[in-house]
Amino acid sequence: MGDLPQLLVSGIAAGAVYALAALGFTLLWQAAGVINFAQGEFVMLPTFAILIAIKAGASLWLAFLIACALAMLVLGVGFKRVVVDPLVRFGVIPLVIATMGLSIGLKNGTKAGYSALAFPVPSAFPSGQLAFGGVSFSYADLGTLLLAGIIVVGLQSFLNRTVTGRAMQAVAQNTDAARVLGIDVQRMVLYTFLINAVLATVAALLIAPSYLAKFDMGDSIGQKAFFAAIIGGFNQTRGALLGGVLIGVLENIVGFYISPAYKEGVALLLFLAVILFRPEGLLGKAEERKV
Amino acid sequence: MTRTRLFMLAVALIAFGVLPFFLKSYGLYLLTLFCVYLMATYGLNLTVGYAGQMSLGHAAFFGIGAYHAAILLKLGWPFLLVLAIAAVACFIVGLALGFPALRVQHHYLAFATLGFNVLVFLMMRNEQTITGGTFGISAIPRPSLLGYSLDGAIPFFYFTYASTLTLVALLWWLLRSPWGRAFAALRDNPIRAESLGINITAYTLLAFAIGAACAGVGGVYFAALVGFIEPAPFHFSWSMTMLLAVIVGGSGRFFGPVLGTVIIVLLPEWLRGAQNWYLAVFGFLVVALMVWLPGGLSSIPDRFARKAAK
Amino acid sequence: MTLRPSFLDVIDVRKHYGAIKAVDGVSLSVRPGEIVGVIGPNGSGKTTLFNTILGQIKPTGGTVEFCGEDITGMSPLELARRGVGRTFQTLQVFGRLSVRDNLIAAAQESKGTMPGRLFARPDAGLRHRSDEMLGLFRLEHVASLPAGSLSYGQQKLIDIAMAFMPAPRLVLLDEPCAGVNPSLVDELLDLLLALNRTQGGSFVVIEHNMDFIMKLCPHVLCMVEGRVLAEGPPAALQANPQVLEAYLGN
Repeated sequence: MGDLPQLLVSGIAAGAVYALAALGFTLLWQAAGVINFAQGEFVMLPTFAILIAIKAGASLWLAFLIACALAMLVLGVGFKRVVVDPLVRFGVIPLVIATMGLSIGLKNGTKAGYSALAFPVPSAFPSGQLAFGGVSFSYADLGTLLLAGIIVVGLQSFLNRTVTGRAMQAVAQNTDAARVLGIDVQRMVLYTFLINAVLATVAALLIAPSYLAKFDMGDSIGQKAFFAAIIGGFNQTRGALLGGVLIGVLENIVGFYISPAYKEGVALLLFLAVILFRPEGLLGKAEERKV
Repeated sequence: MTRTRLFMLAVALIAFGVLPFFLKSYGLYLLTLFCVYLMATYGLNLTVGYAGQMSLGHAAFFGIGAYHAAILLKLGWPFLLVLAIAAVACFIVGLALGFPALRVQHHYLAFATLGFNVLVFLMMRNEQTITGGTFGISAIPRPSLLGYSLDGAIPFFYFTYASTLTLVALLWWLLRSPWGRAFAALRDNPIRAESLGINITAYTLLAFAIGAACAGVGGVYFAALVGFIEPAPFHFSWSMTMLLAVIVGGSGRFFGPVLGTVIIVLLPEWLRGAQNWYLAVFGFLVVALMVWLPGGLSSIPDRFARKAAK
Repeated sequence: MTLRPSFLDVIDVRKHYGAIKAVDGVSLSVRPGEIVGVIGPNGSGKTTLFNTILGQIKPTGGTVEFCGEDITGMSPLELARRGVGRTFQTLQVFGRLSVRDNLIAAAQESKGTMPGRLFARPDAGLRHRSDEMLGLFRLEHVASLPAGSLSYGQQKLIDIAMAFMPAPRLVLLDEPCAGVNPSLVDELLDLLLALNRTQGGSFVVIEHNMDFIMKLCPHVLCMVEGRVLAEGPPAALQANPQVLEAYLGN
């Protein structure tokens, strides 16, 4: 059982990255009723932005900041104005279809316009291991946990402690009531899109060293974020965190003790069970079925 | 259907039938592939377009059919028997996949069917003793029918073409029957449908099962056409692609899948050199289409007709 | 208890949501061919009563009998098979189907079996019947248009015609006049009276339009806060001070 602590830590670290992407996914759903099937591509694009900035001579952190700014502009403002705003009044499904188209477009656009190959991206953390009481943890895992933790705690306190954050939550819970209260709904929704873009960029920074920058990297990340959000309950912000960590840990444990071939299978089975028996997710509240 | 429309349809069918004489082997292969995918997208149009269900698991059924064919044809089983087994197997799995649709709807149903597709994909990739894993199954024999070999590209094209027409005709007949009306009622307003005695449970399950069986049949022809299968074409991204084909063509319109399949299967393969750019443009066009033409491409004539009437 | 020739008997039906008693011990009976009106202020439990009778929601207590059979809590599907039809408060048509297909869809499942219907004629043998209803509701000229493309009033007519397509023995109409313009209200009244005369079905009608109820229903119940406050001929109810207070009070 000596491997277990290490498996847990690296599982939680991997899960934390899924959770970041999943968190953005749930925020978009709550604020704007968008189910973003292009969420994986929303991580892939900043990865390439970081890669290109580094190739142009920027340091990793500068590249990250550039990617953040670009993501907020394109995946935040652009996505909202061009895709979501015109479609949102038609309901959930047309938007789902549109984001599927967006996913195909972004993926193949990257493949055609940049490259079909995989590129290594430097890690934000030093390589090596930290030995601690007979067990060793990699700096990458610890750094990932630390950074993801800071982001999540920061986001939570922003949402709960600041006026803007509370207004955003009000919009997420009841748009009409928020409008009556004089909250600028469109602005709050825009903030949500910006936050999603930043979360995706942070996820890109953390995941790129192990996934490599490749046009189809979003398939797998998107799928995991998606599973994480639904397992946890995608009308609950905490749900995404639970779901992400659960998937990361389960994958690691199953991959090590049972079979690496089916490490994705466990999250999948959990996902299917949740969809069928508790569609609102482990932490979610049931949504009223409209007659 | 008016007489002129019937005439136009006949001309189109004959024109398609004589195309092989003007094509090289790759073109012929593409035409056959087009027919194969058409069987699957027609099935999906029934599930999604007519019965109003959401499915992101169609590629899984296509794959189940293909793997059945690969394994059984290599064992030397007769083609028609394999076809029947694959169709029935997909029908049964489709019934099972219909059950989530009784509990959850719309986007939740998209999630559930997507999960099913991922599960099937994992099994294809990992159960190496049966499916050959990522190496797949190769040297799948072309069928022979009543002692007549369909090995050549031209005979196999005609065989596939005839089978596609048969399947499409069967679906046309089914959708014209009271069942078609019940599916549409289920799509437009399930609560009202139930209050009028329409068994929405049965029709929901059937919508999935029939759609799945069509995909399974398509999968059998796919395996026989390509001769080699591996899990990639059955990934859920292909389910998305097929769904987009149905929607772009115009979901719930009988000839919608033809247009959608041309756009999504035929053109990308044909424009091989520019395939990636084509798909990129296609993806963004889907977004534009949803904004401008929610009824799909085949609703364009309607739109003009309506404008002219005004 | 004397033997009555009634065929719908609602006996002490209750539907409680926690402490809220949406329907609290309502009884009513309907004889063959009778038209019973249900009035009452908003939130008095009329629609909940309907939904409870029709199996859309399970009652907390009480029984519903139809033709001597206990139908309490039966699904809408089973009720439809027994000849119980309904309309909803809001428009409920099949928007993308043609008007004629709406009508045929409303009746095609009431006879035969599912496999039988697969092999049946496309019109399910209901061409004649749909012509009849299209004529009665004056919808012939729009028969082949999608129902969703028509005006509200026309869709309302389709909605009601659908409920009558299978020649049901009992129809529950939830606010047939809601949102309908006054000229159509008179037309609707004549239609319902004609249908009652020619087809002999019984109706239970929820309605706020008192004039409409007065002309249509010989027997009316007034519900307040989940209970039946008064019942009798409409004129008597209109003169009842309690009923007036329930409507005008507060």
